[in-house]
Amino acid sequence: MNNIKAIFIKQIKDTLKNKTIFIQFIMFPIFTLIMSNSIKIEEMPENFFVNLFATMYIGMAPLTSMAAIISEEKEKNTLRVLMMSNVKPQEYLLGIGIYVWFICIMGAVVICAVGKYSIQERLVFISIMAIGILISLLIGAAIGTCSTTQMMATSITLPVMMVFAFLPMLSLFNETIAKIAKFSYSQQVSLMLAQISNLDIGMETVCIMAVNIVLSAILFTAAYKKCGYAM
Amino acid sequence: MNDTLNTKRKTDVNVGKTLYTLRAENISHSFSEHQVLDKVSFQVKKGEVFGLLGPSGAGKTTLIKILTGQLSQDNGTAELLGRDTRKLSAKERKQIGAMMDNLGLYDRLSIYNNLSFYADILHVSRHRINDILKEIGLYEDRNKAVAKLSKGMKNRLSLARAFMNDTKILFLDEPTAGLDPVTTREIHHTLCQQKKQGCTIFLTTHNMYEAQSLCDQVALLGEGRIIEIGNPTEICQKYNHLNKLRITLNDGKNVVLENNSSSALAVKEYLEKDIITSIHSTEPTLETVFIELTGKGLNEDE
Repeated sequence: MNNIKAIFIKQIKDTLKNKTIFIQFIMFPIFTLIMSNSIKIEEMPENFFVNLFATMYIGMAPLTSMAAIISEEKEKNTLRVLMMSNVKPQEYLLGIGIYVWFICIMGAVVICAVGKYSIQERLVFISIMAIGILISLLIGAAIGTCSTTQMMATSITLPVMMVFAFLPMLSLFNETIAKIAKFSYSQQVSLMLAQISNLDIGMETVCIMAVNIVLSAILFTAAYKKCGYAM
Repeated sequence: MNDTLNTKRKTDVNVGKTLYTLRAENISHSFSEHQVLDKVSFQVKKGEVFGLLGPSGAGKTTLIKILTGQLSQDNGTAELLGRDTRKLSAKERKQIGAMMDNLGLYDRLSIYNNLSFYADILHVSRHRINDILKEIGLYEDRNKAVAKLSKGMKNRLSLARAFMNDTKILFLDEPTAGLDPVTTREIHHTLCQQKKQGCTIFLTTHNMYEAQSLCDQVALLGEGRIIEIGNPTEICQKYNHLNKLRITLNDGKNVVLENNSSSALAVKEYLEKDIITSIHSTEPTLETVFIELTGKGLNEDE
């Protein structure tokens, strides 16, 4: 617990200094603020930009930051020093994971604050975001674990992030894409957020989200078994 | 300051029971087809400074990784504090300090924050950080980001992190490589302080001066094999085939004499005439010994 706390605090101190990651955390909350307040189109669904950017945020921020943090630690040998200092891999992952999850939830709170929701809807909004962020975290951790350098992590993260972040938006324009996209967690998050005022989570949504969680956990486990954090 | 550190370093009971702090026996390791280490054996006693000398690619870093439990050897036994390095407990691991070739510091964090992070991880009181920073001469710069430090300062910081935790054994992978003489001397001073406090030091280097001035015992590693091992002075004497004295006189002339009692009168005469500029023995350096044994220099890559 002590080590997890130390890693979390270390990451917090690093947040403002690590501009690459910091931009990921604030970009979409700022976009949401600007776009929602500056663009008003007739017949545009309520909270359109909130839903759009919230989904993109889930697909990008946790995934890229998790992969970037782990791969940087591997590249700069700090992870090896940590492992030699008796930090267990699970403690390291929890410390980093809790940090990314916490910061992303802060971002989600900002995005949510821009939308016009009741208190109950806001709670549901944050809960949905929390699950989406968790799945992205696991995928990001898998990529980071398998990457030996930050460059390698970026090359893998980019296409994965594009798929999950942009599938919900592309689904708006193409039915075929929508049919495929519905199996991704980001599309399910988008659908849930779009009907948040009248949310009725069906069995299909629950199953798809559960499968996404299990698959991302399996992906991470496989990545960890293959590459690990061996000193 | 050192007194403070001295009192904080507990008496090493466990190590005291063990004859050797570090023991390697017939360690062999290969990467794919390439044999990096071949039946490497040695022992290091408590409080000893052991130097491993060899050119780049000789297998020094691989051996450190095996001895610190970062890598499992293909064959042989590696024991640290009496325990197989592959089975080190958390408590034993905490007694190891390591400064590897890649320093593993957090560039964006300050000197102080780097150490305070490890203080939390290693359960070291934060009060000790300032003492350590003063000891290694980084106290004034404690709020500087590591990215802005010189190589020498980074090395000192990495060294401080390695010994901040009541370390019983320090592993240093080329601690002064690429550093200026002043910083090198400061690091040597810090290492001597650690030695005085009973810390066992295992260092790799291709700096023969470092090996001769710091180490109680050195091993020359060539192509994965230990080709010579022992006290540096004794090794140099062993290979002193000429065993002569070279006297440089004030007029620039060199006189070579046998290094035994037969030359005593001649030396006395020169001393009485006060015409000696310098006297040197023909004793080889560790590098010349290495060249004699391998045909290669310590600074040459394999």
